[in-house]
Amino acid sequence: MIITEKQRYTIGILVQNVPGVLARIVGLFSGRGYNIETITAAETHEPGLTRITLVTTGDERVLSQIIKQLNKLINIIKVYDFAETEFVDREMALIKVRAEQATRAEVLRIVDIFRAKVVDVSPHFYTLEVTGNEGKINAVLELLGQIGIVEVARTGKAALARSKKH
Amino acid sequence: MKMKGSQIFFECLKKEGVEVIFGFPGGAVLDIYHEMPKHDIRHILVRHEQGAAHMADGYARSSGRVGVCLVTSGPGATNTVTGIATAYMDSVPMVVFTGQVPTPLIGDDAFQEVDIIGITRPCTKHSYLVRNINDLQTVIREAFYLARTGRPGPVVVDLPKDVIQAQTEFKYPKKVDLPGYHPTLEAHSGQVKRAHDILKKSKAPVIFAGGGIIISESTRELMKIANLLQAPVTCSLMGLGGFPAGVTDSDGRRRPNPLWLGMVGMHGTYQANMAISHADVIFGVGVRFDDRVTGKISEFAPKARIIHIDVDPSSISKNVDVDVPIVGDCKNALQQLIRFCEAEPIENQAAARRPWLEQIDKWRKDHPLTYSKDCEVIKPQYVIEKICEMTGGNAIITTEVGQHQMWTAQFYEFDRPRTLLTSGGLGTMGYGFPAAIGAQMAFPDKLVIDIAGDGSIQMNIQELCTAVCNDIPVKVAILNNKYLGLPRQWQELFYEKNYTGSCLEGSPDFVKLAESYGAVGLRAVKPEEVEPVLREAFRIKKPVLMDFVVSREEGVYPIVPPGKSITEMLLA
Repeated sequence: MIITEKQRYTIGILVQNVPGVLARIVGLFSGRGYNIETITAAETHEPGLTRITLVTTGDERVLSQIIKQLNKLINIIKVYDFAETEFVDREMALIKVRAEQATRAEVLRIVDIFRAKVVDVSPHFYTLEVTGNEGKINAVLELLGQIGIVEVARTGKAALARSKKH
Repeated sequence: MKMKGSQIFFECLKKEGVEVIFGFPGGAVLDIYHEMPKHDIRHILVRHEQGAAHMADGYARSSGRVGVCLVTSGPGATNTVTGIATAYMDSVPMVVFTGQVPTPLIGDDAFQEVDIIGITRPCTKHSYLVRNINDLQTVIREAFYLARTGRPGPVVVDLPKDVIQAQTEFKYPKKVDLPGYHPTLEAHSGQVKRAHDILKKSKAPVIFAGGGIIISESTRELMKIANLLQAPVTCSLMGLGGFPAGVTDSDGRRRPNPLWLGMVGMHGTYQANMAISHADVIFGVGVRFDDRVTGKISEFAPKARIIHIDVDPSSISKNVDVDVPIVGDCKNALQQLIRFCEAEPIENQAAARRPWLEQIDKWRKDHPLTYSKDCEVIKPQYVIEKICEMTGGNAIITTEVGQHQMWTAQFYEFDRPRTLLTSGGLGTMGYGFPAAIGAQMAFPDKLVIDIAGDGSIQMNIQELCTAVCNDIPVKVAILNNKYLGLPRQWQELFYEKNYTGSCLEGSPDFVKLAESYGAVGLRAVKPEEVEPVLREAFRIKKPVLMDFVVSREEGVYPIVPPGKSITEMLLA
């Protein structure tokens, strides 16, 4: 048996938007001992269809089982294995950061550099919206961490396969 | 014309060709029971809902048709869970209808409310909560379709009481629309060709067949392939009967099938385990490479390239790395392979395999399945050999789980598919007796025998009442050693003879118990009584419980200690 290294994988799942579909997916992961790092789900432009993006860790064997097991679920229409195809992905984070007299300018500089947005302002805090890939969000969090983060809400990754080049 | 949900329920079942329902009523399903007498569908009233699920399972496994059970909400539903999980592990087509509290009460912890869809999600192929009367017929249509197609499995349909009471137009859908469900049945011909290229050059192939052979009804194809390739065949527990252990000569005499190795795995035959371990090609057909078969996975079939056909892609390369995966229905894949094989002259194949078959024959002669005969006490293996001999392999055999199950797999020679019904995957004690009742409903004229232990039989003994009340003449042969035999054997071999919890003294007098239910009870305590008791039981057209008082500390051999390679067999 070849055991390969554990890696992070991104999987796209197109599902019928019926009651319990998310429970079936999440239950499959917990029941079989697979890991979910992030999961996002929302309806697509087509009524009745939901797209889920899920990030998991495991070796190649685990990934292959995950894809096959997901495909067995009746309400799942298509599974996109992004280990096989190129894809674009984005994540959004809301970050509430301490913004006192002395640090406000630095916060705004970081907002500027990372093309983030200030979405809420109060006497002592700014709430920022940052969109980007995971690396960018982590970088922002690291820099703001030195100033003082109060709360963070991250959406987790949303991903789509790149269109085929002609 | 508008119909009530309860009537639509029966109209749908009729469209699906359902002839029998195994069930137990309760508040949530009383509308269905109220409607039932108007329809020509037989209802078998069980004494415990687990029994209903196993009966539907036994009906399905023996006939290939979808088994149906109907239970009420709450405890009625939860009592079926073991039966559903049993069917799921062994890919049995079954539809379980559960009652549910009225939709406005769902989520309020109403009386007898349970989230049965949530509870059964991991052990069903699919499940439905019908929230709207207009969905009822579509859901039932889909449930039956899903249960029997692709890799079959149990489907749960949860029916809230108000939905069953509501009305709508009945129009049974002609087609199902399941955009996410497209099982691959047609095997990829390129892959089949690759498999053939490897098989024809192989010097030491082994065909390893499982329950998929029986589900896809490919016994003929398997026999043909084995013959064309002159390759020996072994089966998992679930595959027994899928390849004949014996063949009938032109003069009508049965002789052992020279290509048959017996079962493989933890209690497999010496020749099967040795053949797998020395093979250069393993050709898996409708199997899962379950841990009870492979033993220590890193030492399983160390020299072999592996070809694997399965209708479920997730069974392939799950436990062992496969060199040639073939996704598809076993029958389709084997038919394609036969066409490739037929292009090769069979004489060449026979010559190429001769040394391998000779080696296997040597293994077979070195360590045949055996047990020490005794003229004072009944040996459990002897009872099974007698049942096999006296039925000529023409009975449907069910088993519970434990030593008697393994002895049945070893000492009963299965020649035909669907003649062994046993809980292979989940290993459910209490399965065999209700499964036998289900099988007898599918085949009223056949001899159906549950081979049981004194432990297992007590897990669903209440169904004796069901058998008696409905004139279902199943036979039960209890191999009574007053122990939970397999745990006791493991404790003897691997747990310092610490027999905690495995002694079963204090069980009821099974003969009197049978009689109090209105069945016939028979007992044998000496070897010479075995045959007369069996003959009497087979003659009586009533349910019969036979109590064979057997030698207490008999072990199942060979046994591969857990975690060891399958070549490391303890032979006695």
